[in-house]
Amino acid sequence: MKLLQCPVNGIRPLSEFSYGGEFRTMPDPDSCTDQQWAAYVHYRSGAPGYKKEWWYHMPSGTWFIAERNTITDKVSRTYLFPKREVAV
Amino acid sequence: MPLRLLKYAISREHPAPRFFRDCVEPKKTYDVVIIGGGGHGLAAAYYLAKDYGITNVAVLEKGYIGGGNTGRNTTIIRSNYLTPEGVKFYDASVKIYEGLSEELDLNLFYSNRGHFTLAHTESAMRTMRWRAEVNKHVGVESYVVGPEEISKACPQLDISCSGQAPILGALYHAPGSVARHDGVAWGYARGADQLGVEIFQNTEVTRIDVKGGKVCGVQTNNGYISTNKVLSAVAGFTPRITQMVDLQTPIVIHPLQACVTEPMKPWLDTILVSGSLHVYVSQSSRGELVMGSSLDPYEMHSTRSSLDFVEGLTSHITDMFPFLSNVKVVRQWAGMADLTPDFAPIMGKTPIEGFYLDAGWGTWGFKATPISGKTMAETIAKDMAPDLIKSFRLSRFEDYELTGEKGAASVGH
Repeated sequence: MKLLQCPVNGIRPLSEFSYGGEFRTMPDPDSCTDQQWAAYVHYRSGAPGYKKEWWYHMPSGTWFIAERNTITDKVSRTYLFPKREVAV
Repeated sequence: MPLRLLKYAISREHPAPRFFRDCVEPKKTYDVVIIGGGGHGLAAAYYLAKDYGITNVAVLEKGYIGGGNTGRNTTIIRSNYLTPEGVKFYDASVKIYEGLSEELDLNLFYSNRGHFTLAHTESAMRTMRWRAEVNKHVGVESYVVGPEEISKACPQLDISCSGQAPILGALYHAPGSVARHDGVAWGYARGADQLGVEIFQNTEVTRIDVKGGKVCGVQTNNGYISTNKVLSAVAGFTPRITQMVDLQTPIVIHPLQACVTEPMKPWLDTILVSGSLHVYVSQSSRGELVMGSSLDPYEMHSTRSSLDFVEGLTSHITDMFPFLSNVKVVRQWAGMADLTPDFAPIMGKTPIEGFYLDAGWGTWGFKATPISGKTMAETIAKDMAPDLIKSFRLSRFEDYELTGEKGAASVGH
């Protein structure tokens, strides 16, 4: 991978991007056990395969999601994270 | 080639000496199965046989021995770490290394060079002073030196680094050494083999059977083996193995690249590391400069290497040694580094009975080969981890008792 498709700015060189790690869902800190929370803080799914990851386009300050195969380093799709509904 | 030599090459009377038996088919059952025929796995097998008399051991290697990270590192051996636990552990390793050529009856080209960790900023100097004090406290010879002493040890070094990042001082570590890395794997393989351990190359583990929380066997592409004790010593392949037994770990894989230049006459007799310039360099006994840099910036399970890496590295190395601009890089490669969040390894028992883990060796595994083999052998033989590796246990993450070693990583990762 030398180029990456930013959902806002199109195809840009990889040097403009920063890796944000795997996309993960946070357990509810009020209801989860200490063990679940420790697992969320420290443990990672390190095995290879297709992964959903956070990437950051630095010049434009855009965070987005990329789906990437961590063996072949091929990106199948990139998209902006859908806006969450905020409870008022 | 002289004819006389060629005659020996094809002679049946003088076959090439083999380091270990050519084992083809594994037995049905072993006392201990070691996954991974790198330095760590082979050392564990050797010490299981030598220290504890456990010789019914199989080492399974999916490629050839020493072909993984054992043969891909930059061969530096040192113990100038940051935590007392780390310093004690790596110091024990250096002590074994010093007598290892004799013990294994194989010249490992162990060469004591002295090791300078260069500091280009005040904050780096602060870390050097911190490491020096921890090292001295544990009895390891490390101290902070100024630019004059560095110049004296290595007059070729441009102390101003082309004016980009002037060197303010360094942490000097007297025991810093290099050794021939594949020799370490071969030496341990031969030692283990002579004591009765069986080594199987081209043998990949595809499944690990766990019943009632206990290990009972492994399926390989070379038959099924039943066993109650399995050691995983597979570095960059650890997540694939832990996935087989459904064990969670913090390990993520990033490639780590290195390269060598064409050989030169000997001129660099120390080991130099610069965290700010992301470079470590030493000269091998063959005359090549062996150079490495920081980790690739994102997760990947591959050993491909990149032009970006050589460009970045050579730009920094020519800041230190401008005259190297005419010297060619002849080889580059990558290894898969298994990283932990605190830059300390994960060693010892796991929640699965009979499944032992020797992993999380990131960018610091080669120097620990002898002591990790010795302590993992003890852990397997006694089913209890020795005190020396207690702070590297897997459960430290759930206990929030991390062993913060990042400040002692060779370059800023």
